[in-house]
Amino acid sequence: MSALRAPAPAAPAEPVPPAPEGRPTRRHLLSVADLDPAGIGEVLAVTDHLAEVVRRSIPRVQALRGRTVVSLFAEESTRTRLSFETAARRMSADVMTFSSASSSVKKGESLRDTVETIAAMGVDAFVVRHPAAGAPAQVARWVDAHVVNAGDGWHEHPTQALLDCYTIRQVLAEAAGVPVAQTGTEGFAGLRVGIVGDVRHSRVARSLVLALSMLGARTTLVAPGTLVPPSLEGWPVVGVSHDLDALLPDLDVVYLLRLQLERGTGAYLPSLREYTAGFGLTARRAARLAPHAVVMHPGPMNRGVEIADEVADATRSVVLRQVANGVAVRMAVLYLLLAGPEAPGADELGRSLGVAGG
Amino acid sequence: MAERERRLTPPRGGVFVPRVQVLSQDDVQRALTRIAHEIVERNHGLEDVVLVGLQTGGVPLAYRIAQVLEEVSGASVPVGTLDVAFYRDDIGIRPVLPEAVTDIPGDLAGRLVVLVDDVLFTGRTVRAALNALADYGRARAVQLAVMVDRGHRELPIRPDFVGKNIPTRLDEQVDVSLEGVVLGDVLPR
Repeated sequence: MSALRAPAPAAPAEPVPPAPEGRPTRRHLLSVADLDPAGIGEVLAVTDHLAEVVRRSIPRVQALRGRTVVSLFAEESTRTRLSFETAARRMSADVMTFSSASSSVKKGESLRDTVETIAAMGVDAFVVRHPAAGAPAQVARWVDAHVVNAGDGWHEHPTQALLDCYTIRQVLAEAAGVPVAQTGTEGFAGLRVGIVGDVRHSRVARSLVLALSMLGARTTLVAPGTLVPPSLEGWPVVGVSHDLDALLPDLDVVYLLRLQLERGTGAYLPSLREYTAGFGLTARRAARLAPHAVVMHPGPMNRGVEIADEVADATRSVVLRQVANGVAVRMAVLYLLLAGPEAPGADELGRSLGVAGG
Repeated sequence: MAERERRLTPPRGGVFVPRVQVLSQDDVQRALTRIAHEIVERNHGLEDVVLVGLQTGGVPLAYRIAQVLEEVSGASVPVGTLDVAFYRDDIGIRPVLPEAVTDIPGDLAGRLVVLVDDVLFTGRTVRAALNALADYGRARAVQLAVMVDRGHRELPIRPDFVGKNIPTRLDEQVDVSLEGVVLGDVLPR
């Protein structure tokens, strides 16, 4: 991963204005690792404001008026693309959509051509979904625009992890009886999270484990041996378990992953029924959860496989809330990258124009 | 506003050095009491009146005015808070971050909104606030109450209720709180 993220030697040196208070200037969100715990906290705090915007009868602000956001999706997606495009529109940005699952953009050189062509039209941000890990990082190297990773292969899906953290924070605030906007990320310390299922093929799991560990939660991976990543290097988890039943009563959050049958997960399992018998969250298993525990799933759900119908629709399931929070979180990410205090150049430009306050 | 300005205008994170106290704590209380009475007088009562404090400096002032209004009229006036960050016209040319979540009590359609802020300076915050208010319904009228009008307007905006007019230099800072009004400078740390 570090090799992918290193700047290309041929890239022209661009002047980077000094970041305020010694924090790094953020141009892109390619990985959760681009953020630090304070950075995650900032995204969640700005999300509180944008959640208020989303709740209004006219859910729109003009904060990104005149900016152009392109969604470049080289892989099937419904919710993520719609969520990002809705987020950009609710901030009054212009949205261009490039959607292709065709083979031409899967080849490195032509992806570059595609991206550079779109960039030439004047684009402020690319939202990139691609079947190849590292593709968004490549795009970031080719263009001046900001790049948001909307899921790349088995690598990462950082906005999903952020919206999951926001949802958990919301649940924690409700349990404590305080408004979510008045809470920070303290509630994550010591939180016991079980991530269950196809961890091997899951970019959601990788991003979420990184984010949760930064915030101090204790994450355990629960999967059949064949669906655990071949190496756990760089996975800050407290453990790996093959026995969901033993772990269930001790979890605060059960995070179920989708069995990624399109990535050939079926070949790693004797049968779907056997998977469900061992790792599916059935009604019988859900009854053994702690009373306060919540069930999460990044969607789309394989009902009857990793999650039973009656569990997916139960009150302890926050799946729909995850989707609702997705828009506000993505608004926050776009805002912070394009216009936030760490957006490159913001301060310099303001200074040169002599902009005063008040 | 003063606190936010201090944090966000160059030299960012500078230190506020007080030079002269312009209003004492008692002066501020008296000014707020007068403004409260003026609001009742101007509007012939408090029917439909909603106070909206601008984050962050206007909020404690709005709550204090509401308290006085309740003491003099017996009626309780709803108070909302508004953060105008996403409506500012300097997004992208200066760091703009919201400070506290907006909380507007109900639909503003047909209500009489009194915006409350601590310092009126360029008028751009008020311009942003007017745009923001429009998204919560069509108010019957909007009035503006400020503790300090320091001049240097860049937009055609004027206050309806003023605690004190204080002529200032552009590079000065005005610090307003319920404890008093202080004029000073921001020096690089």
